[in-house]
Amino acid sequence: MVTEFGIVLLFFIVGILFVGVSLFASALIRPHKPNPEKLSTYESGEEPIGSPWVQFNARFYIIALAFLIFEVELVFLFPWAVVFRDLGWYSFAAMAIFVVILLLGLAYDWAKGYLEWDKPKPIIPVLKELIMTREDLKNQQKD
Amino acid sequence: MEMEHTNFVYDLIGTNTIAYILLALLPMLFLLPYALVAILGELKISAWIQERLGPMRTGWKGVLQPLAEVVKLLQKEDITPSAVNKPLFNLAPFVMFAGAYAAYAVIPFSSVFIPSGINIGLFYVFAVSAFGVIAIVMGGWASNNKYSLLGAMRAASQMISYEIPIAVTILAIATLAGSLDMQTIIVKQGGGFWNWNLFGGPGGIAKLWVIPFTIILFVVYFVGSLAEINRVPFDIPEGESEIVAGYHTEYSGMKFAMFFFAEYSNMFIVSAIITVLFLGGWQSPFGDFLNGPIWQSLWFVSKAMIFVFMQIWIRWTLPRLRVDQLMHVTWKVMLPISFVAFFAVALWAMLSV
Repeated sequence: MVTEFGIVLLFFIVGILFVGVSLFASALIRPHKPNPEKLSTYESGEEPIGSPWVQFNARFYIIALAFLIFEVELVFLFPWAVVFRDLGWYSFAAMAIFVVILLLGLAYDWAKGYLEWDKPKPIIPVLKELIMTREDLKNQQKD
Repeated sequence: MEMEHTNFVYDLIGTNTIAYILLALLPMLFLLPYALVAILGELKISAWIQERLGPMRTGWKGVLQPLAEVVKLLQKEDITPSAVNKPLFNLAPFVMFAGAYAAYAVIPFSSVFIPSGINIGLFYVFAVSAFGVIAIVMGGWASNNKYSLLGAMRAASQMISYEIPIAVTILAIATLAGSLDMQTIIVKQGGGFWNWNLFGGPGGIAKLWVIPFTIILFVVYFVGSLAEINRVPFDIPEGESEIVAGYHTEYSGMKFAMFFFAEYSNMFIVSAIITVLFLGGWQSPFGDFLNGPIWQSLWFVSKAMIFVFMQIWIRWTLPRLRVDQLMHVTWKVMLPISFVAFFAVALWAMLSV
């Protein structure tokens, strides 16, 4: 007797087997002729420069932290969502306070500017500089 | 509260090993033809939107094109660059596809068919969707390529950011239905389309004030699901014009095909979940009319395919967002809105006991 979660495990096994079988089938019929050019790292046709494991913007880290906090909160909220009708207004108020405290944290992040990403600062061309007047042309010809 | 799950496979051949294996294989029998149809749809719909004909040579009006592409990918050379981290590079397609396929364990195709009737179906789907993030970061990092790593980092930050509004939406529906079980949520939406969660679930005239909030949640979920599966307009992880192909730049042949297949199967999963959450799953829109088990699976697949079509339609209509716009939308717009809507729905659920 397999439990309902046993069937979930079967799904993982079928998924892995499917990838394994199709990779194996392809291995039987595909060519295999490696050469150093083929095996080099792709960098738009150039020789790769330096290590690809480069430094990243610290904002990725802050986003991950904020995500972690909300994710933990959601793990608490899921069981609550199923039973809160039976527990009455007390549990509703308790959870509302909990969520509001977390949202205050989000508001703090927001106010401190941690949620801002680097925006491109386009240089907007000014019309005056683009239009050549007759005098400009004369000056240019003198030069 | 929790209902008994009837499963037609058990009724037909009893509760034995063959039945379990059949249950685990049936969604695959759906997934393979679906992927071919979706790929052809992608080619043809994009062609019609751009006033082209699309593929026309393979078969009648090009209907065999996806099959030809599968055969082509099967015989492509599998290049593993010498600089990659081999174990992780080879493991990533397995994690990606196994995670995507595992979500099918709780997709209820009909009232008599759900592969695994676990009573925390929604939570489980939410959990296995994280496999995609792991696989993408794994593949991107192991590729030892700047484009791949950039794409993987972008994908990870985008997918975790959009996971929060999506989870809040799922939570709101769980409060409305009082259950995390897929079949229970669908059964509660029975009796015609005005009982769907999109229209506030079952309830009298008093539910009118909650309808705007459930529609907002529906929109939040749909936009979030586009970001979750890296579809346009949220496809910066694989933006061709910036970082070549993102995390699968170094993948070729069948390993690339597995990432591609997982993307198409994820498209159906998010469409199926939006159908379960908001559009009554396998319920007929007209109450008991045409609501037999086979009709139900037809309703379910057609509702989900409408969303697959919308994803393709949006892909060929909208341009790609910038990374700062992306983060602005999720953290400053969708998250506050989804929490407000969640509280409104929870309040309604509390009042309507």
